[in-house]
Amino acid sequence: MAVSLPEETQLEPEGRPAGRGRPAATLVALSMTLVVSVLAGVALGPTVVPPGDVVRFLYAALTGGSIGADEVTGYSIVWHVRTPRVLLAAVVGAGLSVVGVAIQALVRNALADPFVLGISSGASVGATAVVVFGVFAGLGVFALSAAAFLGALGATVLVYLAARGPMGLTPLRLVLTGVALAYGFQALMSVLVFLAPNGQAARTVLFWLLGSLGSASWESLPLVTAAVLVAIVVLLRQSRSLDVLSLGDETASSLGVDADALRRGLFVLTAAVTGLIVAVSGAIGFVGLVLPHVVRIWVGSTHRRVLAVAPLAGGCFMVWVDLVARTAFAPEELPLGVITALIGVPVFVVLMRRRGYLFGGR
Amino acid sequence: MAGTVLSLCELSVEAAGRTLVDRLSIDVAARRIVGLVGPNGSGKSTALRCVYRALKPTSGAVLLDGTDLTSLKLRDSARAVAALTQESHTELDFTVEEVVALGRTPHARGNHPLTDREHALCRQAMDRLDVTHLAHRSVLTLSGGERQRVLVARALVQEPRVLVLDEPTNHLDVRHQVELLSFLRGSGLTVLTALHDLNLAAQVCDHIAVLSSGSLVSSGSPAEVLTPELVRKVFGVDATVVRHPRTGTPQLLYDLAPAPTGTPAPADAHLEGPHS
Repeated sequence: MAVSLPEETQLEPEGRPAGRGRPAATLVALSMTLVVSVLAGVALGPTVVPPGDVVRFLYAALTGGSIGADEVTGYSIVWHVRTPRVLLAAVVGAGLSVVGVAIQALVRNALADPFVLGISSGASVGATAVVVFGVFAGLGVFALSAAAFLGALGATVLVYLAARGPMGLTPLRLVLTGVALAYGFQALMSVLVFLAPNGQAARTVLFWLLGSLGSASWESLPLVTAAVLVAIVVLLRQSRSLDVLSLGDETASSLGVDADALRRGLFVLTAAVTGLIVAVSGAIGFVGLVLPHVVRIWVGSTHRRVLAVAPLAGGCFMVWVDLVARTAFAPEELPLGVITALIGVPVFVVLMRRRGYLFGGR
Repeated sequence: MAGTVLSLCELSVEAAGRTLVDRLSIDVAARRIVGLVGPNGSGKSTALRCVYRALKPTSGAVLLDGTDLTSLKLRDSARAVAALTQESHTELDFTVEEVVALGRTPHARGNHPLTDREHALCRQAMDRLDVTHLAHRSVLTLSGGERQRVLVARALVQEPRVLVLDEPTNHLDVRHQVELLSFLRGSGLTVLTALHDLNLAAQVCDHIAVLSSGSLVSSGSPAEVLTPELVRKVFGVDATVVRHPRTGTPQLLYDLAPAPTGTPAPADAHLEGPHS
């Protein structure tokens, strides 16, 4: 059917997105949803623990209370296995969403995600080296995370040095450099996998590249949680500057915002947080790309609102994605990236085609 | 000069071994409109970039009330100098209201919400530029004229001492060009603007500075500056200067290049001067 163009351009003049009117109510509702999601994530799984028991076990664990002798298995599942994993899912989802918002502002590109600057590919090379060659064996269970973080750091430095030009870090140079270097890292990783002594290594690498929270433990939580919280606070404080940055570098300087300095700060912040996230969960795609867009459609583009809502929404989303990953084909686990892509791709296409959402111009 | 708010003082900008602006000096007095004209690539935008701090001069300075702008924090100079740059697009679909409010950025403390006075200021500016009815529209859906009015409103909210505009009438139809310049004329603001249209420049500006290859070649009132000799020398165009019948400002009538030899000339091709 023919598209009626005049109607397309006559976008609802009163078109305020639903969440724009009452930001506080949106935040409260989302926070409650996140708490319920986390409880559900802890309760559900191959073994279902009744919600009442979940709350009781968590209370016991937090206050040092006692539980029945016959409940030790359930308690162990809830406290030692699922709770850290579900919390990590929430943190990773929140972090990827926030970093996605920041990166899209940084490179001023609608299609950017936390991995566009080659950070995840660098991390993958590090992790692959651990799995295939056993480097960092001395670090034990942290070898993979440490190597991934170092890989991310290496990639960041390379991208930064390569993209730096006489005009500072311009968005286009950043994206082009990131994409080009990502190909390089992927090739390097393929070589590593190719040289791997057995197929199991390749399988592990692939699984890790698509993202997994299978290695979640209480120990993996503090650092990444702190990083994500710091990122949220720092970005929220810069939210007006982020708005201004999206108006263009020249307009930014005329409004008193040093675009180049802001971009350098954002680059360091997003690289560090992405590196830490990738180190504990692999490269989970699409969350950092799609969530920022969903949130903008919901509450508008102002970064203050987007940055307040995105972490909560991303946290909820990831908790449920991880639940599906654990339960859909239990005891087999699906890679998280598979599920986020299966949900994310159609959602993204629908959003892009939806009239009224204009990121990237008409 | 007494009452000078902004002065470009021996301003030079070099990039990649080329001199884009060469020892340019211009004074802008309070509540006056100064126009910067010149052919493409004559350094107008480059000079203006130094005024709104998107570029650092290689030598010389831009003085605001006698203070070198580069000695001020970017934020502090943005409180005094607002700008309409040529890049006016954003990718995010902010509402008109939100974009206008961003004019308060250099004044606002960090991430604090705007005060009541600032909200009132935004409403006033939107009223003045007649964009109040667009408040909740996405800026991405606006026409060129509407967008330019929104950006002027944003600049007003900045409460600047000087407003800098880089080709503000680009891509606007005649009506919107006239409306925008009429607004500037009546606004009482101190304005430094680059303009392409010499006739509009003659009508709106108190003072015109002509740039060619980065250097100032002429400066003065429109009547002093816009002479056939200058237009020929700087723009390479033959023009006849006439007086606007009502306002008396000089207006240019351009002569088209003579038809290539062999083509029969139209009967009235040699006519000179206006008919009405």
